[in-house]
Amino acid sequence: MTMRGGAGGLAGGALRVVSLYGDVMNVYADRGNVIAVGARARERGVAVEVQRVGIGDPLPEDADLVLIGGGQDREQRRIAEDLAARGPALQRWVDDGVAMLAVCGGFQLFGRWYRDTSGVELPGAGVFDVTTVAPGPGWPRCIGDVLATSTLADVGEVVGFENHGGRTYLGPSARPFARVTFGHGNNGEDGTEGALRRRAVGTYLHGSLLPKNVALLDHLLAGALSHRDGREVSLPALPAPYAARAHAAAAEVARRRAPAFARDARPAS
Amino acid sequence: MGTTSVRERAAVLAGRAAGAAARTLRLGGGTALPGLVAARIAPDLVERLAAGLRAGTVTVTGTNGKTTTAHLLSAIARHAGMEVVANRSGSNLERGVIATFVESKTPSAGEAGVAERRLGVLEIDEAAWPSLASRLRPRVAVFLNLFRDQLDRYGEVDSVAEGWRAGLRALASGAGSGATLVLNADDPSVAQLAEAWPHRVLAFGVDDPRVALPAPEHAADARFCVCGARFAYDAVHVAHVGRWRCTRCGRARPARDVAALAVETAGEGARARVAVGGREVELALPLAGLYSVYNALAAVAAASALGVAPSSIAEALAHATPAFGRQETFDLDGRRVRVLLAKNPAGLNEVVRTLETAGPPLRLLALLNDGIQDGRDVSWIYDADVERLAPLAPTLVCSGDRADDLALRFALAGVEPAVVERDVERALDRALEATPAGARLEVVPTYTAMLRVREVLARRSGRRPYWAGERS
Repeated sequence: MTMRGGAGGLAGGALRVVSLYGDVMNVYADRGNVIAVGARARERGVAVEVQRVGIGDPLPEDADLVLIGGGQDREQRRIAEDLAARGPALQRWVDDGVAMLAVCGGFQLFGRWYRDTSGVELPGAGVFDVTTVAPGPGWPRCIGDVLATSTLADVGEVVGFENHGGRTYLGPSARPFARVTFGHGNNGEDGTEGALRRRAVGTYLHGSLLPKNVALLDHLLAGALSHRDGREVSLPALPAPYAARAHAAAAEVARRRAPAFARDARPAS
Repeated sequence: MGTTSVRERAAVLAGRAAGAAARTLRLGGGTALPGLVAARIAPDLVERLAAGLRAGTVTVTGTNGKTTTAHLLSAIARHAGMEVVANRSGSNLERGVIATFVESKTPSAGEAGVAERRLGVLEIDEAAWPSLASRLRPRVAVFLNLFRDQLDRYGEVDSVAEGWRAGLRALASGAGSGATLVLNADDPSVAQLAEAWPHRVLAFGVDDPRVALPAPEHAADARFCVCGARFAYDAVHVAHVGRWRCTRCGRARPARDVAALAVETAGEGARARVAVGGREVELALPLAGLYSVYNALAAVAAASALGVAPSSIAEALAHATPAFGRQETFDLDGRRVRVLLAKNPAGLNEVVRTLETAGPPLRLLALLNDGIQDGRDVSWIYDADVERLAPLAPTLVCSGDRADDLALRFALAGVEPAVVERDVERALDRALEATPAGARLEVVPTYTAMLRVREVLARRSGRRPYWAGERS
């Protein structure tokens, strides 16, 4: 999708968005994030080019924003090796200030490694200093509405829906994307949700996430524009009435029926 | 059943009393409570009651189309002179199945031959199928399709398919081996079940090249063969359903025993020329859309497995009606209201396609709830291609508990809602106001929203509530 127009939108050419494994890591509707990026960029007069990169496809020379979603276990195993081989390139990008959003299975595989139930470690892309362990039998999946507060000052309250078996733990150099008020978060133990590295955000939240968390969407867009233009770009406020109402509705649902964070994602004894 | 135990009779009577009490107290339809009560008293009730269905049991499972397929098959079986015991819409877990048995009429001694003609036609929840099938020992087991649906409840799509295979392997090696499988040849995750079944299989599919989509839809789920390679498609019909083959191991869409050779989906119904049992019959269906043709093919194949003649099948279908909330129509104040249930991406895509075929002008009331039966995670609306409705410029009313999520989804797709109103009855009023006399309003709800909007529509149009209506 290529769109043009609007003041300053084309300063550095179209915003280059890479959608990783969009045809495989697609089961939890993270496609909504790609849709939201396109629509918000259009509203802001920014041209966007989305490049879909599948298994075995080469990465483009450069990108401003990378998106990856969640998949089923079988699909994650399928892409793990291919993604790990791209680890050095993705790490270079993140250090160069490329904005990224990795959700759920994509977040796990953007970590250092993922250890499955039989103890086998799948290597990750190493973008985030996190590790993920599939819990033993008897541990429930972490499923439900989430309400969290982002550690990013310009993002604030975040709403979404989590559905994951793996428990993710932050390493010494990682900082959480958010703190959970309702829901399980990374591991049901420490109250953290997701991880950050420079302009990259990892998270367990679906919803789809970006359509109804416009502050995060704008944060990522600003980051992507900053990378494209080689200078810090801040975006003017722009109302998003439908998104604001959907956000409020999801927050209300999470407050009503999600468990308050209470280290509850443990096996029934 | 020759020897009815005292415990079994007590269980059945207690169940019936519970159902009557639930309805008297207006606790909804009372469709599951009788089963819960009866199962407490006699835990082996499923086995015993299934054994009383002398003509056998047909199970119908799959993500989409269970209710409609079971409903059409029931109509065919009744027309062929069978006494059908069918579960009512949505009561497709163990307690619903028991409730069906408990509340069905027991043939009295004076009705000679009725017992021999009793046939169970049961829609079964896809996750519940493995455990229920081992107890029901079906004569015919119909598998429709497998799509992503309510991942917060069912877990991943792959685990549902694995459950089916394990259930089939257990049946195949035991007393259930006399069953005939009816499989959708066009859905690779269903067609490949034949590998777990060394006994009789009937495959159905669509052989009309005109129904092909240009490419697999985003919500396609079976992209990889069991051998690990990617599927290739000579034609995609619905999501990942179509003329598939594996690029590596040579697995491919099997030959069709029941095939739609020519399909017409324009208009309110659908027509199909179908090859079955060495003959060709013309089917006229009261249901629109290619997905309805698939459901009808499944019903035809199951009826064929039961020995019903093709001409009798065609006659029965010509007089069939839509199932509860599935393309049911209501006449209200000179306006036609059509209810098109859509509860997952594949289902919503088919509804979108049906609305596209109907063409403009489109007046649409869309309802999204997030109850347990709807899926608490409403993300799935982003996997459906609602962008395809934008060229129709519909007059859109969004409603349900998550009306705001739906409004946002449509707005991102380029369809600005005219009204966003969580309350279903008020939203219906607004949608009716926007529909001129003589025109049609399309209502597209998720499951629990369908129950609610249908209740209002039934009340206003003078139709009976669902638990008082005909079975299934």
